[in-house]
Amino acid sequence: MLEVKDLHVTVEGSEILKGLSLTINPGEVHALMGPNGAGKSTLSAVIAGKDGYEVTSGQILFEGQDLLEMEIEERALAGILLGFQYPVEIPGVKNIYLLKAALNAQREARGEKELPAPEFMKLVREKLSFMKMDGSFLQRAVNEGFSGGEKKRNEILQMLVLQPKLAMLDEIDSGLDIDAMKIVAEGVNSLRSQDRAILMVTHYQRLLEHIVPDHVHVLVDGRIVKSGDKNLAHELETRGYEWVLEESVA
Amino acid sequence: MSAAHAFLQRLGERFSDEPTWVTARRQAGAARFEALGFPTKRDEAWKYTDVRRIAEGEFALTDDAELSASRFEALSMPLDAYRLVFVDGVFSTALSDVEALPEGISIEPLTTAMRTNHEAIGGAIGRLAGVDFSPFTALNVALSEEGAVVRIGQGVVVDKPIYVVFASRANEAPRMSHPRVLVMAGARSQATVIEHYAGETGAANFTNVVSEVMLERGAIVDHYKLQEASSEDLHVASIHVEQACDSRFTSFNLNLGGALVRTDLVTDLNAQGAEANYNGLFFVQGRQHVDNHTLVNHNAPQTFSNENYKGILNDRARGVFNGKVIVKRDSQQIEAYQNNANLLLSDRAEIDTKPELEIYADDVKCSHGTTTGQLDEEAVFALRTRGIDEQMARGLLTLAFAGEVMDQVRLPAIAERVERAVAGKLPERFNLADLVEVSDALQEA
Repeated sequence: MLEVKDLHVTVEGSEILKGLSLTINPGEVHALMGPNGAGKSTLSAVIAGKDGYEVTSGQILFEGQDLLEMEIEERALAGILLGFQYPVEIPGVKNIYLLKAALNAQREARGEKELPAPEFMKLVREKLSFMKMDGSFLQRAVNEGFSGGEKKRNEILQMLVLQPKLAMLDEIDSGLDIDAMKIVAEGVNSLRSQDRAILMVTHYQRLLEHIVPDHVHVLVDGRIVKSGDKNLAHELETRGYEWVLEESVA
Repeated sequence: MSAAHAFLQRLGERFSDEPTWVTARRQAGAARFEALGFPTKRDEAWKYTDVRRIAEGEFALTDDAELSASRFEALSMPLDAYRLVFVDGVFSTALSDVEALPEGISIEPLTTAMRTNHEAIGGAIGRLAGVDFSPFTALNVALSEEGAVVRIGQGVVVDKPIYVVFASRANEAPRMSHPRVLVMAGARSQATVIEHYAGETGAANFTNVVSEVMLERGAIVDHYKLQEASSEDLHVASIHVEQACDSRFTSFNLNLGGALVRTDLVTDLNAQGAEANYNGLFFVQGRQHVDNHTLVNHNAPQTFSNENYKGILNDRARGVFNGKVIVKRDSQQIEAYQNNANLLLSDRAEIDTKPELEIYADDVKCSHGTTTGQLDEEAVFALRTRGIDEQMARGLLTLAFAGEVMDQVRLPAIAERVERAVAGKLPERFNLADLVEVSDALQEA
């Protein structure tokens, strides 16, 4: 589904990713871990299409298409959705407008008709209650005045409505208390399916107890230096990142 | 020969057989206008607004009010309202609807009011805005022929909005009109008055209106000025408000059209408890120029004003906001708040904004703020990552910016019209009206 090949990315002149390669197949859940400054968030930002990241070499293919040639919204319509570490507040734009506009855009891209208002409302209400969110969220401006936990739940709500093929979660666990974490994790887990993939970027192993990954990668200094299964995450938790680095150098 | 003199000369003998006192009034207006001349950029109040297009234009006064029902419908809002319609300044009996007025309300064209109620109207007209306020009010006095007169008796709550439409036709040659609006709201009365300036595509006329609104003790007036002139129309308006104690005046100054637009809005808060709320929104593009000058005079203690103006400018459009608050000596315990925010959608759009506070009392609460910026690019990015295309994302955010003012609008028909005008520039494929429906359905649920 997603193939990242020898990706080099510079930000403001300094190289952050130095030859990152990663393949994600449908049905898989991947966790990208690593110390601060390793380039974890850079990868998801580049995949989503954020400005200010220069790809100097390498390639990203999504379902065989050259992702780097696609507009930001085209990537979303192709089925990639990024859950932000710091979801932006959008004063004046109601959540319900965002959800409707986004879903319409997707349906149109797939050649489907707009969902009639009652069906749309039914869908949204169902997802809302799954995320244990109040109906009033829909009338509130996107993320405006939301607590950290509410913002993260809102990101997952958007994913539940939009049903992406590849869900990327950038530090989705940061700023969450244990109850919020459980709700977010349940939301993410409900997305797991044969034809969907999930890429989690995280600093801590904590999240991975709730969303158990199939593959764990360790990103150090712009490259994946070690990959393994969920046990690798446990090992990192107890031993830290140093040994991986030493091992990779040796 | 001055431009002002030439401007008046072109009218020839139009006003030859009028009563002496009317002639005298015109002459006073004309003399004042000639003495002042058209404002230039050297006049502080006109520093950013060049009126040469008016001064050098050749405009004829109009004699007919011909406008088919379908052309009128295309311009106006289908409101359940008492309606007075003027076509290029001329009263249209056919398009107006002021039958079956309840007791205590009078809504008439100015000429009728002057004929039948000279005593009540003659003194009030021009009391708040005479020949001295600006060259354009002087010009209005010299040339005004028609207008709307609304009188609401003591304690009367008007059951429907009073809808005054000024239609500007696509004429063969440019026309001009100098209408007057007079609203006299009796003690504890309540009314909503809408002045709607609507221009047909291709209209290139000059409108120079003066409105006076008088609120007696405890009166509540909502005043809407919805300006949708054509992209060639020239529009100058001067709105003057006088408030007695405990009265509340709420203005919505909504400017969407016009090539050159200038509005002056002046309120005198003359007694304790008087409150003025100014809400303004302008959305300009192409080479449109919109200038809003507002003034609140806190002439008495414990008076309140609250002002929020928002501007959205695209292309090479230009906006001016000048908001002045004057707190007179001994006007203690007043509150005056003012805010102006502008959104520049293009690098070549320009806004000149200037809040001015003059405070001669010491126990007051005043604040003012002004911001000018672009759309939040992070928000644009966030929306695009959800599959919403860039144009739509920018449209949604633009609408959101206007939302703060539009949320205050109490007439859904107007809110919808303005929202559509702003959102209408969005690609058709996302139906915002449909989104509004969803939102409404949700609130009902």
